[in-house]
Amino acid sequence: MLDFLFGQLVATHATFDVVTLSDRTTQALAEDPWLAAGYALLGLAGVGGFLSLLGMALIYVERKVAAHFQCRLGPMRVGWHGMLQSVADAIKLLLKEDIIPDRADRVLFLIAPVFSIIATTLGLILIPMSPSLQVVDLNIGVIFISAVSSFGVLGILLAGWSSNNKWSLLGAMRAGAQFISYEISVTLSLLVVTLFAGSLQLSEIVQSQQDGWWIWRGHIVGLVAFFVFLIASTAELNRPPFDLPEAESELTGGFHTEYSGLRFSFFFLAEFINMFIASALAATLFLGGWMPFHIGGLHTFNGLMDLIPPGLWFAGKTTFIIFLIMWVRWTFPRLRVDQLMRLEWKFLLPVGFINLFAAATLVITKLYFFPW
Amino acid sequence: MDKVEIYLPILIMVAVGALIATVLMGLSVLIGKRTRSKVKMQPYECGVDPVGDTKHPVPVKYYMVAILFIIFDIEVVFLYPWAVIYDSLGMFGFLEMLVFVAILITGYFYILGKGALKWD
Amino acid sequence: MNSPVEHKPSNVEFSDVVTHDSGRKTMTLNMGPQHPSTHGVLRLVLELDGETVVSCRPEIGYLHTGIEKTLESKLYYKALPMTDRMDYMSPMSNNLGYCLAVEKLLDIEDAIPARAKWIRVLMSELTRINSHLVWLGTHAIDLGAMSMFLYTFRDRETLLDIYELVSGQRMMSSYFRIGGLMMDVPKDFDKSIRRILKNLPDRIDEYEDLLTNNRIWQMRTIGVAKISAENAIDGGLTGASLRGSGVKYDVRKAFPYSDYDKFDFQVPVGVHGDVFSRYQVRVYEMRESLKIMGQALDGLPEGPYIAHVPGVILPPKPDVLSKMESLIYHFKIITDGFKVPRGSVYVPIESGKGEIGFYIDSDGTNVPNRVRVRPPSFVNLSALPKMVEGSLVSDVVAAIGSIDIVLGEIDR
Repeated sequence: MLDFLFGQLVATHATFDVVTLSDRTTQALAEDPWLAAGYALLGLAGVGGFLSLLGMALIYVERKVAAHFQCRLGPMRVGWHGMLQSVADAIKLLLKEDIIPDRADRVLFLIAPVFSIIATTLGLILIPMSPSLQVVDLNIGVIFISAVSSFGVLGILLAGWSSNNKWSLLGAMRAGAQFISYEISVTLSLLVVTLFAGSLQLSEIVQSQQDGWWIWRGHIVGLVAFFVFLIASTAELNRPPFDLPEAESELTGGFHTEYSGLRFSFFFLAEFINMFIASALAATLFLGGWMPFHIGGLHTFNGLMDLIPPGLWFAGKTTFIIFLIMWVRWTFPRLRVDQLMRLEWKFLLPVGFINLFAAATLVITKLYFFPW
Repeated sequence: MDKVEIYLPILIMVAVGALIATVLMGLSVLIGKRTRSKVKMQPYECGVDPVGDTKHPVPVKYYMVAILFIIFDIEVVFLYPWAVIYDSLGMFGFLEMLVFVAILITGYFYILGKGALKWD
Repeated sequence: MNSPVEHKPSNVEFSDVVTHDSGRKTMTLNMGPQHPSTHGVLRLVLELDGETVVSCRPEIGYLHTGIEKTLESKLYYKALPMTDRMDYMSPMSNNLGYCLAVEKLLDIEDAIPARAKWIRVLMSELTRINSHLVWLGTHAIDLGAMSMFLYTFRDRETLLDIYELVSGQRMMSSYFRIGGLMMDVPKDFDKSIRRILKNLPDRIDEYEDLLTNNRIWQMRTIGVAKISAENAIDGGLTGASLRGSGVKYDVRKAFPYSDYDKFDFQVPVGVHGDVFSRYQVRVYEMRESLKIMGQALDGLPEGPYIAHVPGVILPPKPDVLSKMESLIYHFKIITDGFKVPRGSVYVPIESGKGEIGFYIDSDGTNVPNRVRVRPPSFVNLSALPKMVEGSLVSDVVAAIGSIDIVLGEIDR
């Protein structure tokens, strides 16, 4: 009976049409320029609003999660359960004085946070949040994202270098060495998914997981790649236990020691949005993006799962990974710089290569789970 | 999908990002208060006058890491096109990859033996 | 005896003087006084080659309060509250050391009632746990485990509640008095202590779950900031910093005071003398302290809480209100203090940080001629350069945390 009811749903959801905002704009351009302009404006406003709202929401969530991990309440005063705390903070930061220290490299000091923000924005627009919500769907999506995330490091490096502050300098040196090292592992684990999916386009990678998410379908290889990605991207996000460039208790703030007011908040914002991007990327590549959770053969269950809109699936998976990253942050101590390097070069890198080799073997022997 | 126009939104996004940042920073300069003093503009060094300069030579190991990164990351990026068409390459692609990665691994063991990855 | 040293005004900065001429280009970096993990206002002048510490020079004095000198201008009983403020993490230990020293000078040690001694032991051990909890939290936050800080402070609250219960004050308790205690423990005391004895062991287990077996914690602490037993003894280290290196020296066992010889407890020692050993020693000490507290509570003798020494110890309040003689004594002691026989004593006790000793020299008047405190933090700090030279900046933070210093005690 239930099968009969939901069987219909399964059929309708069999294929998802991917229509990105840029597609819509190009289509509309031919028919109605005004409509195209409307779409473009919508995109711009959407991204701008999304960026700041998401940043504030994530900061609020982080504070609440941290508070409850630590047996306290967190922000409670501004708005219901402190919901508006981030807004208040943003206003405060806007009103703060903007200080450029003596003998700092003014130009680099000024543009460093802008670099961070731009890199973040660029990463954000590629994420397929649901079949119909993706600003740009590049055919080289995976490569583009890793390129952009390297670009963000530049902001941090410049900030530390231009501050004329020794702590910042130490932070910048750490940041440079750390981010580029872990970039290799990120790229390697993304390569595994590319190998499975046979595409670099993020929407196609999501589509390729129709029969099963890559974290399951690739046997252990998918799982290993997922965890390598998670570890390496936590390191790239500059979050504990890998927050050495910032290392509040060692470097008094690291690369952003000299930054105040709004420019400081740019680094902060970029860090949090980057956390979202990394989580969304992990969800997209390994956990099926907006694909609902299916178990082969159980049509009723699958039908029920299909009832949940894809956007919610994406949000749920991303939230889960964000929570994981926060959980790690509030639990573990910080690594030391030599240990950090050892972890990457002597553990993650070899594991990544072995995993790649295993993945290639899997693909050539067609040994997937869910072969139907 | 191979049109150049698809990259247009990216250019726009760069502009948007820069625009948001610049406008907000301008706003902050406009409404934020400003008082300057000699001590305030000093770089922070835990509350005492900074000694010496920050423009020091950085230990060479950091550059070592940068060079190794370039080698390894570029190699990995070379593997991307291979990964995309791997399904159609079949056994040939697999063996080619083996050769490629073998060379890479040899290099890895070489730098390992040379002690380039020793941090201290 | 000594000619006054001529002080020349100097415009040479301390940090300018510490420059190495080893050919390598190094960076001189001030870590502190305003730094999150120098546990107050300690200033370290580090010379760095990249991130490796070439030399480390602690510079102190930013929290100088002149407590020793102030003690010399106050009546004996009025000086007591000053001692709270030295090592503000373990006020009761400081009180105890001072009281024991004055009691020895007055030669009234035998007059101290057993109840007072046992409550002193109980509260000292409570204080040790208090000190160690703060140390554990700050040490963990220095190494990046931020949640630990809030966990230990949550448990410290329950200990401070006991302080408040017995003395009315949560931090600067001044509960011990020369001759005994300020007042007897209140009714709820037994119940509150038993609650702590019940809850805290589980909490310590939790902390160990979070840290002891954590790979990152082990990597950050094992083999870091090592100091050998010989060097530790030569440097005069005491407390967990010494015992971490495997030297079994604890004042409570070596020179028992205040009936400590009647308690059954172990003195944990480490093996490797690294940060991890010191960490383990302190965590184990917390468990031992709980054991002592339990014993003290179970066997708490009945009797008076303060000695009866007319002319030195204040008479009981009812007597003051009803007896002429007591009233006169009360007035005399409050206004003029009491005279202490000529002589000098040194009394060490084991505080949370190590051996804190009070040297008091009396010239027979009602104020001490000279008071000198042997602060464990100060002596332990002197081992820091030896520990950290050649290691990384991150290890400096770990090392500072592991020797458990309080600047209020170092600068006095």
